[in-house]
Amino acid sequence: MIRKFLITPLFAILAMSSMAQAQDVMKLAVTTSFHNSGLSDVLLPEIRKDLDLEVQLLVVGTGQALKLGQEGDVDAILVHSRKAEEAFVADGFGTHRREIMYNDFVVIGPGEDPAGIAGAADAGDALARIATQQSRFVSRGDDSGTHKKERALWQAAGVDPDAAGAWYNAVGAGMGAALNTASGMNAYILSDRASWLNFGNKGDLALLYSGDPVLLNQYAYLPVNPELHPHAKSDLAVALEDWLTSERAAALINEYKINGETLFTFNAQ
Amino acid sequence: MGDLWSGLTQAFWLVVTLDKELVEISWRSLRITLSALVLASAIAMPLAAFLAVRRFRARRAFIAVMNALMGLPPVVVGLVVYVLLSRSGPFGVLGLLFTPTAMIIAQIIIIVPLIASIAHQSLRDLWQEYHDLLISMNVTQWQKMKTLLWDARRALLTAALAGFGRAIGEVGAIMIVGGNIDHATRVLTTAIALETGKGNFALALSLGFVLIALAVAVNLAIHWLGRTEREGRW
Repeated sequence: MIRKFLITPLFAILAMSSMAQAQDVMKLAVTTSFHNSGLSDVLLPEIRKDLDLEVQLLVVGTGQALKLGQEGDVDAILVHSRKAEEAFVADGFGTHRREIMYNDFVVIGPGEDPAGIAGAADAGDALARIATQQSRFVSRGDDSGTHKKERALWQAAGVDPDAAGAWYNAVGAGMGAALNTASGMNAYILSDRASWLNFGNKGDLALLYSGDPVLLNQYAYLPVNPELHPHAKSDLAVALEDWLTSERAAALINEYKINGETLFTFNAQ
Repeated sequence: MGDLWSGLTQAFWLVVTLDKELVEISWRSLRITLSALVLASAIAMPLAAFLAVRRFRARRAFIAVMNALMGLPPVVVGLVVYVLLSRSGPFGVLGLLFTPTAMIIAQIIIIVPLIASIAHQSLRDLWQEYHDLLISMNVTQWQKMKTLLWDARRALLTAALAGFGRAIGEVGAIMIVGGNIDHATRVLTTAIALETGKGNFALALSLGFVLIALAVAVNLAIHWLGRTEREGRW
């Protein structure tokens, strides 16, 4: 009796879990910063409506996104780290690289700004001031696009973060988690603007430095090479690329605002 | 403290208004974990009975390893399952990575040693009582196992519930093999991790309260079902 009671509904549950969806489904690896911005919540329903295509997002750092594309576990990737993307295409893992849009990075820090970066001449100078003051700094430390950008900025500032003291904290986490840590430590951090605006646990943190052209953050779309991975849904990847570079996507991206601030600028050719 | 309170109130409203997304991910959590539980029990319980009834050379070593594997780190299980299921891995052709099936596989691996160890404990005690009787009746190995499993069903329920508890609250492995895809592989625990990352502590907490409530509800439901049984040893 008891067995019948328990097992019948459980097998019904099992059967349902393998139920397939009717429409087209593809997997897209995106960076945490793109997802945390909230833009995906605007674009995905529209893509579903227009193309009858369900895009399943894998939200990871750029490093892992590239790896997923390389192994063929996703059908396309949307990331923001130009050098790594170009290497990805050069090595034959992706068919090509298509620029979609950009946003910018900002330097966040404690409201009282102990290192005085608000008056810095450029982004390199801002970071150099943090290093000189040895103010606490939180780094993503996860090989993501944001992390790569931060490393490049430290290099430009003439500071070697690996040799830095206890003030430099690599947390190895996504943007939101890293911002959480920075908020808890009251430390400086490099973030993309969208993640910062969407971040709910601001504490005493404030946006202290932005505007240097080197802080621009270009997002690009790279379909996975179907010759390498025959199972990759390259036709769907192409359809999605056409949609992402269309007028319709342009309007949606340019009009997306948080607290009245525009986050992304569409620049697909 | 403020977050804790607003988490509680938010949880209350999410449940009262039957928030669509909450229902979806709770249902998915339950489905995946119960599927894993059924399959894991189907593997672990006969295994436990076999170990109780049968004497063979490596039996002690096997049991020791099984007990040790109760502490299997979920992140490592996730990573291994990930590498095996990745398109570039040995089972890549199945295309299972980032699907609920992959999550079920990872959870089965995590809870089988746990269920088997706990079940084995109680079956072994029962076997001491039954040993002479069953031997004198000259029944087959299979009949002995069936008798033990049936007569120890209450204790096995406890073993299964322990497995359920570990699986439903697990996040490390299913995050890796499921990918936390919205509307596909997002479950309560991975949603909590995600919302914490975004700094939405109140929402994360409210999901946590829902998770705890769900675990309690399932346990109560199973106990209630168990008590409807009339005959039996206890």
